Amino acid sequence: MKALLLRDLRLAVRAGGGFGLALAFFLIVTMLVPFAVGSDSQTLARIAPGTLWLGALLACLLSLERLFALDYEDGSLDILATAPIPLEGAVIAKAAAHWLTTGLPLTLAAPVLGVLLHLPGPGYGVLMLGLALGTPALSMIGAFGAALTVGLKRGGLLLSLIVLPLYVPTLIFGADAASRAAMGQGASTPLLLLGAVTLGCLALLPFAAAAALRVNLR
Amino acid sequence: MLILRGPNGVGKTTLLRTLAGLQPAAGGTLNWPADDMAYASHADGIKATLSARENLAFWAGIYGAGDPENALETFGLTPLAGRAAGTLSAGQRRRLGLARLVLSHRPVWLCDEPTVSLDAEHTEVFANAVRAHCAKGGAAVLATHIDLGLTGETLDLTPFAAAAAQATQTETPGFDEAFL
Amino acid sequence: MSLWEYANPVKFMALSGRVLPWAWAIAALTLGTGLIWGFFFTGDADKFGSSVKVIYVHVPSALMAINAWFMMLVTSLIWLVRRHHVSALAAKAAAPVGVTMTLIALITGALWGQPTWGTWWAWDPRLTSFLILFLFYLGYMALWSALEDTDAAADLTSWLCIVGSVFAVLSRYAAKFWSQGMHQGTTLPVATGGRTISDIYFYPLVLAMVGFAALFVALVLLRTRSEINQRRTAALIARKRGAA
Repeated sequence: MKALLLRDLRLAVRAGGGFGLALAFFLIVTMLVPFAVGSDSQTLARIAPGTLWLGALLACLLSLERLFALDYEDGSLDILATAPIPLEGAVIAKAAAHWLTTGLPLTLAAPVLGVLLHLPGPGYGVLMLGLALGTPALSMIGAFGAALTVGLKRGGLLLSLIVLPLYVPTLIFGADAASRAAMGQGASTPLLLLGAVTLGCLALLPFAAAAALRVNLR
Repeated sequence: MLILRGPNGVGKTTLLRTLAGLQPAAGGTLNWPADDMAYASHADGIKATLSARENLAFWAGIYGAGDPENALETFGLTPLAGRAAGTLSAGQRRRLGLARLVLSHRPVWLCDEPTVSLDAEHTEVFANAVRAHCAKGGAAVLATHIDLGLTGETLDLTPFAAAAAQATQTETPGFDEAFL
Repeated sequence: MSLWEYANPVKFMALSGRVLPWAWAIAALTLGTGLIWGFFFTGDADKFGSSVKVIYVHVPSALMAINAWFMMLVTSLIWLVRRHHVSALAAKAAAPVGVTMTLIALITGALWGQPTWGTWWAWDPRLTSFLILFLFYLGYMALWSALEDTDAAADLTSWLCIVGSVFAVLSRYAAKFWSQGMHQGTTLPVATGGRTISDIYFYPLVLAMVGFAALFVALVLLRTRSEINQRRTAALIARKRGAA
């Protein structure tokens, strides 16, 4: 599993697009919002937590299609499925690699973009904590969606249609935690619920994703 | 050693994938754990941006065994080890894919058209590798169209495919039979 | 004699062929009576005016929208565990009916919401949950239509249905957490232990609910039968090609 994780990270770095693309997308979405809603700093401050969460969520979606598709096309997935590591483990390793190349950089970049949107001071810590807690769930749910659509030639749009409704609970709890904190309220309840959603996803979805992959490899 | 023969579409790949545990068998049982199988498909399973050595080192990590240098040596890839796999020729990539078999340390090799895009010299290298593997007590199931000069049992799948087609018409072990 | 015998397509076709006319008849009778009674022979409510009569379509369709998904969940599980083709096809057949029910519930809800709440749409937990349910249906149907191999499609959509069910429930509670709703509580006596509406509305509503349920059964049976016929045709063509 470690070998697979390291290989995926190395591939992401070599092929480019791994770290850079998601971050650039995140920046563009954040930049477009003031153009759309106006530059009034109070309005921006109010919608900043939600906007940042939405941007991170969409950026996560970008690279999902390639998560299994590349390995499926070149035959690596066949060999992984017959290899000594269980396919569930391979799913976790690949989702972890996806998180390290998208979720983690997004979490680290969020405060910088928060400044652009006039995010109120108390919001930064909780925003980062929330993203750190929530983005693993986004990667894991995305891995399930990618496993479902891996055999399809043009699976990208379908993947978004399947995955985005599944992101709803994470988005609600994450954005709620950040906006509560930004308004100076306690945010521990939504943060705990966010963590619960993530833990549940990490515990159960690898099995569903591996089952879907096995079906697609038949 | 078992050599599978037969025209395109007769079911050689299906049989190999079933043996590898990737597909459920349509009938009958497999008395062999899928973990003993090392499968080499049409596709080489090689990442273009990694070097030849990195590709093999990764699979060595996955199988938890094997020496990439030895596997490279066996298929004459040592001089190419540092090159990105994407810059290798089709035959060289194929050799890299086959080198993974040596690496896997698994007793049964399942090879689907292993000699496609290999030249005569390296076809012989591959045949030698299979001989060495079998001499150490291993087994190999090869689906191929050409004569590898290997001594082994040959199984022509054509009559089985005909029998299966016959069965579909009469007793139908297939999958949509319930709807008839 | 076990229930599973009807998992055999031939037996299922025979039984469903006999049940189907009855389902249509019950649906037509109860739906007709319930709706006519409700629309023309009940008075307007004090608070709602005549817009209250949307209830006879809104509540039953919302009920069936959820029940259809629940039926898909059960049939998906049966397919994954017991591999009965009829079960997978029934799940496939129920999805378009379910999505239509969801859409009816959303539209009639908007028609009702406008005069009573003064707005077509509110981001109320119940309304939002239905919108999410609608999206789940769309994704599920899109996955079915995108996949070629029918067995693989049945497997993958079943997994999506199971995971989707968990997330649908999760979204429901997340939406409750996210916003306090203005939608009134349930009108069903089973859930509350006491009725919240008076008898004159209640009896036609029950009739309409029975009618929608019968309509759902009839539509799903019809669609399942046509799916089975389609598969049967495909199998016959394949056999003929094999013989030639």
